[in-house]
Amino acid sequence: MKRVYVNEEWCLGCHLCEYNCAFAATGERDMAKALKGMEIHPKIQIEGDNRISFAVSCRHCDDPICMKSCIAGAISRRDGVIHVDKDKCVGCFTCILVCPYGAVLPAPDGHAVRKCELCTDNACGEPACVAGCPNGAIVFEER
Amino acid sequence: MKYVIIGNSTAAVGCVEGIRSVDQEGPITVISDEPYPAYSRPLISYLLQGSTTEEKMRTRPADFYEKNGVTLLSGKKAVRIDDARKTVGLESGESLPYDRLLIAAGSRPFIPPMAGLDRVEKKFTFMKLDDAKALEAALTPESRVLIVGAGLIGLKCAEGIRGRAGSITVVDLADRILPSILDETGSKMMQEQIESNGIGFLLGDSVAEFGKDRAHLKSGKTVEFDLLVVAVGVRPNTELASQAGCEVGRGIAVDERSATSVPDIYAAGDCCECRDITTGQRRVLAILPNAYLQGEAAGVNMAGGEKSFANAVPMNAIGFFGLHVLTAGSYDGEEIVETKPGVYKKLVVKDNLLKGFILIGEIARAGIYTSLIREQTPLDTVDFDLLKQKPQLMAFTARRRAEKLGGAK
Repeated sequence: MKRVYVNEEWCLGCHLCEYNCAFAATGERDMAKALKGMEIHPKIQIEGDNRISFAVSCRHCDDPICMKSCIAGAISRRDGVIHVDKDKCVGCFTCILVCPYGAVLPAPDGHAVRKCELCTDNACGEPACVAGCPNGAIVFEER
Repeated sequence: MKYVIIGNSTAAVGCVEGIRSVDQEGPITVISDEPYPAYSRPLISYLLQGSTTEEKMRTRPADFYEKNGVTLLSGKKAVRIDDARKTVGLESGESLPYDRLLIAAGSRPFIPPMAGLDRVEKKFTFMKLDDAKALEAALTPESRVLIVGAGLIGLKCAEGIRGRAGSITVVDLADRILPSILDETGSKMMQEQIESNGIGFLLGDSVAEFGKDRAHLKSGKTVEFDLLVVAVGVRPNTELASQAGCEVGRGIAVDERSATSVPDIYAAGDCCECRDITTGQRRVLAILPNAYLQGEAAGVNMAGGEKSFANAVPMNAIGFFGLHVLTAGSYDGEEIVETKPGVYKKLVVKDNLLKGFILIGEIARAGIYTSLIREQTPLDTVDFDLLKQKPQLMAFTARRRAEKLGGAK
């Protein structure tokens, strides 16, 4: 299946993917209006320093330990995408405890978790982090 | 191939999914002494708290059994295994033949002998959905609740009913709370958090004798109560396995394939003991992820595939009134400790390996630490100074990172 990958050598560490991710989740049309002055809660995060940087988001693992460990049965696979049912999630954070990528994050309300669902959970269609990456470092492809 | 599974909780679900990843045909029968489809036992405190519902507690969709060709015999109790004839006998007198059997019988509350306990009318344990329902039915906004046991079960129960009871007092023989997952500093921090939410503790004390509505403690104190919850611990259900001739220690002994010592009988979940890779010791790791992974491995192997679950470690994610605690592994080794208001972090290192950690308050990306423990990553192959600051993939070599992030396997 197609997944989001980052080509580390092209990543500028500009954090625009984080903004595009947070913006995609709002469903608004204007990024400035949607995000200005807001604390953002993206599902992709930039790591690194001045020399190396890269974006990290859910790998949609073939062997998803978050799904197998979820105490609420709130994590499932839908057409390949690892999906969190926020209504079932009780926010115990077992998925955060087990994700080897650190790609599952607490939701701002603390009662659920958030993670990348490849923009299948919003109106974008294709991942917004990929579409908005100015250097083509983030790609959406089969590997 | 006919499969029979005794038990219908997480290990059983893992087993069904494991079987079906290999064999889509063989009939599966699941025997459960509870009248429910698979639900999450750890969620019973959230149910009483009002943050989930019985419907949402189901760990799989309503069509799970039908879709997977599973016959669920709910409200039936397995009482005998005949390993020579390969049958499971039910309390109702029926006998079910199997080619491969999984024992996923779980555990039950341990109730130690306590003088006068039979005088207490309203007493409860807190493991199953029916336990939660019984407690809920007896609870009133005026109820004075006494909980014996300051472990995970007792304290989750306390949190779950805090908004629905008059008062809650927790008594424990140990001098600190959550001793199975926390050190002294962590225990103290969590105790303050829970106390500040209106729950009282009497630690280093125990019940000498119960009256009808009061407990006389060893210290001489007396606690009056309306409802009693006993949550001092659990015991693995090993009797069926013992009787079938399986090797049993504290729990049913299984290998990395979840096989017992008796051919064609497998076991998984809270009824088992397995090897904790952080200490090398065999122990009962009664945690939900283990139950799934062990059950899944059992299912694959039962169906003729090959799957090994060889890196079991203790781990817990738990929170009380919004303060989260994530722990993993064991705590014998060199300690790296960081504290600041509302935050406690301890990493434990031994033999060039991360062996365990405690994170309270700041828990982001803890799974990177857990994976170092589970994968037994030599710390001289990563930038451990970076990892001490916070969990991050930057600490791995570019090559390792490319494998991790580039391949998605």
